[in-house]
Amino acid sequence: MNTGIKPKHQRLVLVVIALAALVGAGLLAAWALRSQASYFYVPSEMQAAPPQVGQAVRLGGMVEQGSLKTLPDGVTISFVVQDGKARIPVRYAGIVPDLFVEGSGVVAEGRLDPAGTFVADTLLAKHDENYVPRELKDMTEAQAKAAVAETR
Amino acid sequence: MIAEFGLAALWLAAALAALQLFAGASALRGGGAGQVSALVRPVAVVQGVLTALSFAALLLLFVRTDLSVKLVAANSHSAKPLIYKLAGAWGNHEGSMLLWVTVMAGMGALIALLERRLPERTMLATLATQAFVGLGFYAFLLFSSNPFERLPAPAPEGMGLNPLLQDIGLAFHPPTLYLGYVGLSLAFSFAVGALLTGEVGPAFARVMRPWVLLAWIFLTIGITAGSYWAYYELGWGGWWFWDPVENASLMPWLAGTALLHSASVLAARDALRAWTVMLGVVAFSMSMVGTFLVRSGILTSVHAFAVDPERGTFILVLLAIYIGGALTLFALRAGSIAEGERFSATSREGALVFNNVMLSAILGIVLLGTLYPLLTEAFGVKVSVGPPYFNPVSAIFAVPMLVVMAAGPLLRWRKDRLARVRGPLILIGLVFAALLAALLVWRPFGLLPLLGLTLSVPLAVASVLPLRGRDLRRLPLAVWGMVIAHFGLAVALFGMAADSALTVEKLAAAKIGDVTKVGPWTVELEGVEPVGGPNWIALEGRMSASYRGGKPIPIAPQSRSFWAPPQQTTESALLTRWNGQLYAVLGDETDDGRWQLRLWWKPFVTCIWFGGLLVALGGFLALLGRVATDLRRRVATHKIAVRKRELEKAQGQ
Repeated sequence: MNTGIKPKHQRLVLVVIALAALVGAGLLAAWALRSQASYFYVPSEMQAAPPQVGQAVRLGGMVEQGSLKTLPDGVTISFVVQDGKARIPVRYAGIVPDLFVEGSGVVAEGRLDPAGTFVADTLLAKHDENYVPRELKDMTEAQAKAAVAETR
Repeated sequence: MIAEFGLAALWLAAALAALQLFAGASALRGGGAGQVSALVRPVAVVQGVLTALSFAALLLLFVRTDLSVKLVAANSHSAKPLIYKLAGAWGNHEGSMLLWVTVMAGMGALIALLERRLPERTMLATLATQAFVGLGFYAFLLFSSNPFERLPAPAPEGMGLNPLLQDIGLAFHPPTLYLGYVGLSLAFSFAVGALLTGEVGPAFARVMRPWVLLAWIFLTIGITAGSYWAYYELGWGGWWFWDPVENASLMPWLAGTALLHSASVLAARDALRAWTVMLGVVAFSMSMVGTFLVRSGILTSVHAFAVDPERGTFILVLLAIYIGGALTLFALRAGSIAEGERFSATSREGALVFNNVMLSAILGIVLLGTLYPLLTEAFGVKVSVGPPYFNPVSAIFAVPMLVVMAAGPLLRWRKDRLARVRGPLILIGLVFAALLAALLVWRPFGLLPLLGLTLSVPLAVASVLPLRGRDLRRLPLAVWGMVIAHFGLAVALFGMAADSALTVEKLAAAKIGDVTKVGPWTVELEGVEPVGGPNWIALEGRMSASYRGGKPIPIAPQSRSFWAPPQQTTESALLTRWNGQLYAVLGDETDDGRWQLRLWWKPFVTCIWFGGLLVALGGFLALLGRVATDLRRRVATHKIAVRKRELEKAQGQ
């Protein structure tokens, strides 16, 4: 690209370079998204087709009544997330969200360990009336329907 | 009465926008002359004043806590401090959309009043476009989100504002961001106006640049402040979550940054004509996409307060009309824009083109990552996209961009040789190599933090190199602006890398009197006491922290319970030193009477926000420089005109 070439050619070269970079970025993004996006599971899905150990995923469900325990270190908790069909044990070290209680919905971000326990990095609980993680909202509606169907 | 007045002003402003569009368009068709075209500027100014009055009416309703107005009843409370009553006016959907059209009409009024440098035809086309875009948002406001709606019977008490939003930093976060978002509408209107009349050249770039700069400064401050808010208010210790709404503010910023740089090429060298116009369209399109993501609630987000899916459809239609229309216009008219000046690859322009392409690539990556969950959900698969995608993939393009950013400002316009700047380049390279070696010896780091640390220092050195050999007293303000903005970016990069490389975290359950160590700090929990505020009560952890055995400093993180609306929030305690921050969060009490504590020592984390503010300061200096130059030019042309008249008079006698 020296100044000797025709004007039209320089514009063309610039357009080609810009397009190549953008298409490259797009392809790279598409490839990375396939491998890096973290998938959302409910317990029954996780039991039926578990994700690879160590892969970052999200697990959503209800905190089972009576399952919430604090381990002796005082900061690690363990509980069971269930969706009425399957139960997955979860472990989390940290300060829990304010509205995290037994019987409420939760979305945990983390990964499965080899023993089949879900180790959470982050817990998202229902924050208030205005902020419900969307997966939770959908799920509780679906569960409400399922519950109605079961009692018939 | 106030509510009715505000609504009437809003309707009137919408009618004026329609008039502005009609007058501008017919003047364009009729060749720009005649009485209709004389209407456009005054109408734009009056429209701006009316929306400002309308917004003032809403503010007044909130100050008075007029509970017969639905919006006030739903978002305010008589017991709230005044500042949060005001913030309540824009901390909700309807109020924020009114703010949007107020800023939009206000910006239109400003260019109608001040901007005289463009050919009048292009100016009319620009103002007509601004009115056309405004009309869509007036319709949205008036038909689907009227902020002045009355309740059939006044509510006994308001519902209150989300406690997370009751924070002084956040009170001013939305208006700042909106000034940035909506300010970019001017870039859009200028670009479309220039496309319509085909007058794309250095004059167009010089006119557009200060307005884009103004919007960009607010956007920079808004993003920086928002990041700091998320950092201390959400209590997660992170400063950027790649949350869709954060991305929604980052995308216009990336496009705006690219636009500023390409506009400077167009202004100085008359190259990159079509590209600059395209970026003008893209920048505001990203603002609208951002609004769509925030307001429609289609994405999971910590910002998903008060959302309404039906309104999303309305904004989606507006998006399709404006973005689709502008892109179609671009496709039709781009061919008619004459080719700009040529330049060599090794030149200031070459470096800026590279910067533009990389910024656009990062923009594309952020956009794809943000929209990907929507795409997969259409196929019934729920995913979320987070740092494991955004960090490495955007770094692939950010790192080469930063490398070129170090060298670009040293190059000359049009044509240069790398050999000419060999000295400075070697200096930058040596700093880089020395730092890399030192860090590799010190201890292992992750690849990205390592790259960030090793790039930031040479980048800071490189950013001040354009000052060498120049008379600092006579240097144009715009150059100072560039130097400070680039230096700020290096500082912010250093803060980000230092935070992810050096942070120490400690999670503990402590009895009263227990001592916890985190990094160089020892923190003693002295007690937990109940405290109260105007509309909350809290448990407050009384702790004393000492740095390397120094004098203990009291800190007090809280766990607050608000009662209107009932909600709990975590108030972290921060202890700032020159070399970092101690960040403390108080958790729950365990069954055996211990308290959960989460402590972080974050070395140099504050550099992130100081860097962001420096970038904004650089933009401000550049803006000041441009405005001063323009004023001087105006004074000079005025003097010449006066002298000419006197001369003619003298000759006539």
